[in-house]
Amino acid sequence: MNTTGRVYRAPEKDYPFFGAFFIKRGEIMERRLRVVVIGAGIVGALIAREFTKYACDVCLLEQEIEAGWGVTKANSAIVHGGYDDEPATIRAKFCAQGNQMYDSLSKELNIDFQRTGSYVLAFSDEDILHLEGLLTQAKTNGVIGCRIDRRDEVLTRQPKLNKMMKAAFWCPSAGITEPWMIAMAAVESMQLNGGRFFPGNPVIGVDVDHKGAVRGVRTSQEFFHADIVVNASGLYADRITQMVGLDPLLLYPRKGEYILLDKKMGSIVSAVIFPVPTKQSKGILVVPTVDGGVLLGPTAEDLDQRCIEDTSTTRIGLERIKSLVHRLVPDIDESQTVKTFAGLRPETPLKDFVVGPTEIKGFFQAAAMRSPGLTSAPAIAKYMATEAVQEGIGIQLTSNPHFRPNVPKYIRTSEQSLTQWDELVAKDPRYGKMICVCNKITEGEIRDAIIRGARTVDGIKFRTRAGFGHCQGGFCLPKVVELLQRYGHIPMDQLTLRGKASALLSSEVRT
Amino acid sequence: MKEIRVDVLVIGAGAAGMAASIESASRGCHTVLLEREDCSGGVLNQCIHNGFGLHVFKEELTGPEYADRFRRQMDEKGVQVRTVQFVVSIDPSKKAVITMSQEGAVVFHPKRVIMTTGARERAFGSLMIPGTRPSGIFTAGVAQRFVNLQNRLPGKKIFLLGSGDIGLIMARRLALEGADVLGVAELMPFPGGLARNIAQCLNDFDIPLHLSTSVVEVHGKDRLEAITIARFDPKTRTAIDGSHKKIEVDTLILSVGLIPQNELIDSFVQIHPTTKGVVVDSMMRTSHPWIFAAGNNVAIYDLVDFVTLDGKTAGQNASRFEETFPSDTLPIVLGKSVGVSIPNKIVKQGDPFILYLRSKKVIEKGIVEIGPGLIRRTRIGIKPSEMIDIPFTQKDLERLRESNLDRVYIDIQEGS
Repeated sequence: MNTTGRVYRAPEKDYPFFGAFFIKRGEIMERRLRVVVIGAGIVGALIAREFTKYACDVCLLEQEIEAGWGVTKANSAIVHGGYDDEPATIRAKFCAQGNQMYDSLSKELNIDFQRTGSYVLAFSDEDILHLEGLLTQAKTNGVIGCRIDRRDEVLTRQPKLNKMMKAAFWCPSAGITEPWMIAMAAVESMQLNGGRFFPGNPVIGVDVDHKGAVRGVRTSQEFFHADIVVNASGLYADRITQMVGLDPLLLYPRKGEYILLDKKMGSIVSAVIFPVPTKQSKGILVVPTVDGGVLLGPTAEDLDQRCIEDTSTTRIGLERIKSLVHRLVPDIDESQTVKTFAGLRPETPLKDFVVGPTEIKGFFQAAAMRSPGLTSAPAIAKYMATEAVQEGIGIQLTSNPHFRPNVPKYIRTSEQSLTQWDELVAKDPRYGKMICVCNKITEGEIRDAIIRGARTVDGIKFRTRAGFGHCQGGFCLPKVVELLQRYGHIPMDQLTLRGKASALLSSEVRT
Repeated sequence: MKEIRVDVLVIGAGAAGMAASIESASRGCHTVLLEREDCSGGVLNQCIHNGFGLHVFKEELTGPEYADRFRRQMDEKGVQVRTVQFVVSIDPSKKAVITMSQEGAVVFHPKRVIMTTGARERAFGSLMIPGTRPSGIFTAGVAQRFVNLQNRLPGKKIFLLGSGDIGLIMARRLALEGADVLGVAELMPFPGGLARNIAQCLNDFDIPLHLSTSVVEVHGKDRLEAITIARFDPKTRTAIDGSHKKIEVDTLILSVGLIPQNELIDSFVQIHPTTKGVVVDSMMRTSHPWIFAAGNNVAIYDLVDFVTLDGKTAGQNASRFEETFPSDTLPIVLGKSVGVSIPNKIVKQGDPFILYLRSKKVIEKGIVEIGPGLIRRTRIGIKPSEMIDIPFTQKDLERLRESNLDRVYIDIQEGS
């Protein structure tokens, strides 16, 4: 089968047997490699995109109706410096590397990424010893620019921090981003380069042939032939692992609750603020968000393996956040809360990623993406399409000369000068019609989001930030519903908040 | 980019803005009224129930009818209404108001600005109620818009949190449309809405009102499946152990308060620290001489008629360009029983006005003491949900001028 009409020449090297065919030195490869990535979170979406840089047919499967709606959607949105991961862990390897890839990745995908830097605050001599440990670890992990600043220096730059602190560890390379936008943009990039995205396709089986190699992936909708299957299914990774007959990774969800504050609180810190970490977690943080708000959290509560859908917040969790953030930033005002939420991150007993080839030929893991999974994702994607494939099936992929890395930027009228905005409105008046009054999002921007894949109210919210402001959709929801019908051609009865059974409204009042 | 000079620019075409612009235009001022929605009228357009106009027109009208009366007057007086206009920012140093619409950016240079931007509903997210985040949770105003303007029911089995007026109106509206309205929870030991709405919207439809009760958890991954309610200790405001009860519903409607919207001016105009409304004097002037304000962005009113009256005052005074304004004002200081007053300052040489007060608690029989020693009024059945209106007459002003008060203290004493 040759889907593009082009024939790709295999590289000048001997390759061992794999899957259903041989490739020998100089031989013409009869068909393109078929890659199926399971899970369109940030890890899966970036891996799928990475494979489109090569001569592969890529299918990205997602059980949800849109990309980035699992672990990717609800986390601290921090691109970590990489000093926190113990050397020799897989985490450490990918984190520092991934961090460095964010500059080019954010430009290619046209997403917001700000290197705000991060501080770890020390309040005691013991804490300072800990900071010194972090500094050593940073050096080992190759994280550059870290240092320990004295109290006064820190307070000059971040005057709202607790004046009781003694010193702080500064990591200039840490940053903030919108993880779901990376997943969504990576999906778009993959599609622009010939990959195909299949949302609403929960995987029900992975076929392995009698020789112990993957054959394909079965979803509730169809069967996908595959030479390579990458398991990037986040909290569901163990289910997929067991489908191919491998031992489970013993993943369990760790819940993190968050409080999001309004932009009015936005100027309180301009860098990510950590307490001294514990063995368990990095602690409860104060994080500026790329759109100008402040995020407080997360808690770290280990749940039973079966609770992979329990993203409920708890009274105890929210109280815990409130009680701990004031130690970092005393002036935080929780009455400015816009919303609270919780996310789950996949944890393993080893507290490390599971990345790479497995005993099943063609089956690769990109699992247990706990923190710093977001930071590591681009590095893992690169590794997967190169070293992992080489190691797992002994193939070096042929690059795709037609790969275009860039995804068009989302127009954000609120970021433009009045003159630029005015010119834009002259070209398309829809950019002059305000829909979300809190975050200043116009009809044109919402139309763009729908054209680029938004199918639900949350899909619009996460792409455009309409409904993310202090009124939480009070003014724009009825309008967004109309626009989803108009531009997305989605009948009112099928409109959902975020797919599945999250129907937005009931029947007509009068027929 | 277009630049437009006007006499008076009114921002927000709800009840206050319509009244203000009519007054301004009828005094011969070139008046422009800006509205971000497709149509003037504000929230009145979706309030299809009656009960509006008893004070202003001495008859009972629906919201759209009430708005229509003003629309006709705006036509007559030559108010220039511009809809689907969004005010991007207000620059007090250049006295410029920057707007955007489908026709592009316009910079207005008004001699005076009247802010009538109203309020927004407090959202579910800010309540920090634990649990999931399913679909099926709406503020009352959003639900009202879906039902009355977009012909859609929000759900079938409905519970309401908060007993504000819009919530009570929606409880009745949804019951009338065949939904199963299971009850209303109110955290406070007294209702948040008007007594007439408790009677006409809940009691007449056998909808139970649970006082000192709130929702403590929401359940359901995709669509709301149930809520847990609990009774609260009025003193500690914590849930009482053992009072928890799970109720299966598919919709939760919130009526938990309105927040004055002042984001356009809060960086340069004095905002009241607790009510979040604009601080105004009895001529509806803000702390910035260029800007006047009226309506729910000043404080949350309970009757639209009162909003109209204060809008008129703002319109009248904003169009007085030639006169030098009397500058001598006395601040109003509230005693511990009073939560809100409109205005916040009294212009000593100003015109008579109506003083609106909101009590913090239920008082069977109370005396409103202003001054001290200026005005004493006995009122029966004082409730936080119903504003007390006290006319401040020319005589009262004269007595104020004669007194040597440097501030006006207001409190409500129990008893007669």
